[in-house]
Amino acid sequence: MVTSDAKTAVAEVAVDGVSKQFRNGALALRNISMRVDKGEFISLLGPSGCGKSTLLRLVSGLTHPTSGAVKVNGMTPAGARALMSFIFQDATLLPWRTVEQNVGLGLELEHAARSVRREKVAKMLELVGLTHVATRFPRQLSGGMKMRVSIARALVSRPRILLLDEPFAALDEMSRDRLNEELLRLYREEQWTVLFVTHSVAEAVFLSTRIVVLAPHPGRIAHVVPVELPWPRTAELRLTPAFEHEVSRISRLLRGVQAEALAADGGTA
Amino acid sequence: MKRHLWFALKSVAVLACLLAVWQIAVVELAIPKYILPGPWIVAQAVIERFPELASSLLLTTEAAALGLAGSVVVGVAVALVFAQWRGLRQLLFPYTILLQTVPIVAIAPLVIMWAGTGVYPVALIAFIICLAPIIANTTQGLISVDENLIHLFLMHNATRMQVLFKLRLPNAMPNLFVGIRISAGIAVVGAIVGELFAGSSRVGQGGLGYAITYASAQLETDYLFALVVAATVLGFAFFFTGAFLEWYFLHNWHESSRSDIPE
Repeated sequence: MVTSDAKTAVAEVAVDGVSKQFRNGALALRNISMRVDKGEFISLLGPSGCGKSTLLRLVSGLTHPTSGAVKVNGMTPAGARALMSFIFQDATLLPWRTVEQNVGLGLELEHAARSVRREKVAKMLELVGLTHVATRFPRQLSGGMKMRVSIARALVSRPRILLLDEPFAALDEMSRDRLNEELLRLYREEQWTVLFVTHSVAEAVFLSTRIVVLAPHPGRIAHVVPVELPWPRTAELRLTPAFEHEVSRISRLLRGVQAEALAADGGTA
Repeated sequence: MKRHLWFALKSVAVLACLLAVWQIAVVELAIPKYILPGPWIVAQAVIERFPELASSLLLTTEAAALGLAGSVVVGVAVALVFAQWRGLRQLLFPYTILLQTVPIVAIAPLVIMWAGTGVYPVALIAFIICLAPIIANTTQGLISVDENLIHLFLMHNATRMQVLFKLRLPNAMPNLFVGIRISAGIAVVGAIVGELFAGSSRVGQGGLGYAITYASAQLETDYLFALVVAATVLGFAFFFTGAFLEWYFLHNWHESSRSDIPE
């Protein structure tokens, strides 16, 4: 997905020597540098405590680095918010709003005209296959459907950059696989840049152009691995030996990181 | 539907049994009517003095409703302010608890002394007793919002006011209704206590509280019972109005208001 001229242009996301220390003194991230070019699908993979969610929040501007700088399309994260959409681990829908009202939330907060809003929401609901539940309330939906609404809400403002924080972690495997496939289809159509936090190796391999493996305590980049699988990727890809091979290759890297962390913990304890 | 009907029938049957036991006991034990009148005599008192009873009931309803409505308006306003300024909340919130612990019977005479008699001072007493539950519950709902939802709003560059009115306030609705349910019951108590002290602006005309003092001085025990029945009915009516409003506004989306009649 990385075109040759992309390297010379302004990075979509540039993280430069970023460290993040929490108020309680814990060092969440130490000296992280990475560059994400337009159209890349990057998965942040790592054991718990490696700061992958924190890194995502730094890019979104929801938290600020203790040192170093984050730039999004050359701007500060807070200044580039209009380019980004964030998808949370839970669907985080407003329970008092119907599906269509939830999807239209961002447009409403940005004071889009009612007619524009209605048209965009209807189109988005169609795209993710939610038209038939448009007037339902979140409590009437399954977990997978709720997540779909959450995705629709993030996409309706046509972001260039999508930030996802373990969005499918709470779902069963079937729903998760199906949503992964849909996400990829939309990614191909819309040409986003994606940062995707997960702890599922298979998910990361299936979706990503590159995988960033993080190590914990303090959070730091251990490996950056391009995924060597052909595009377009469909459900059948999961059944191929090439896919299995990639999954086991990344798994080994991840296990190495985990073993190191355990050894370090044992040493200090 | 059939289950609801069955439940209603059982409730009525329990009430009928209690009334029957009461009636039989009064007759068999030959209890004088000024000590304990039977339900039959109470019913007669209700019917005979209905216009008087109804006008008292109406006055008390007015005072209690005014007090409750005022407490909702002021209480929500205070809670909105508390939700916006944490420092102010921490400074002043303990005083709302003070408001709740002051015995209303003790301050009612003061309020009457300062504000005079009539429906408004009585409503003021109902207001005072209703205020604390509204403030406490609504504030709780306004500040206990899922952090991710706040982040979601921030990602859209939402203003403070958008967060307050599109996120915090709807989030606080279930809590507000818990407050209203609590306050609806005590609004009637507050109004009656107020009327005990406020008396009447004209002889023979006053709310239930006034009529209770009057009937007890006259040893009209049967009418006293009629007044107790009226006060109870009023309390129920307030509670169920609150519960209905809660159901009406929340049943689409909130868990608490979907419960069936308890088994």
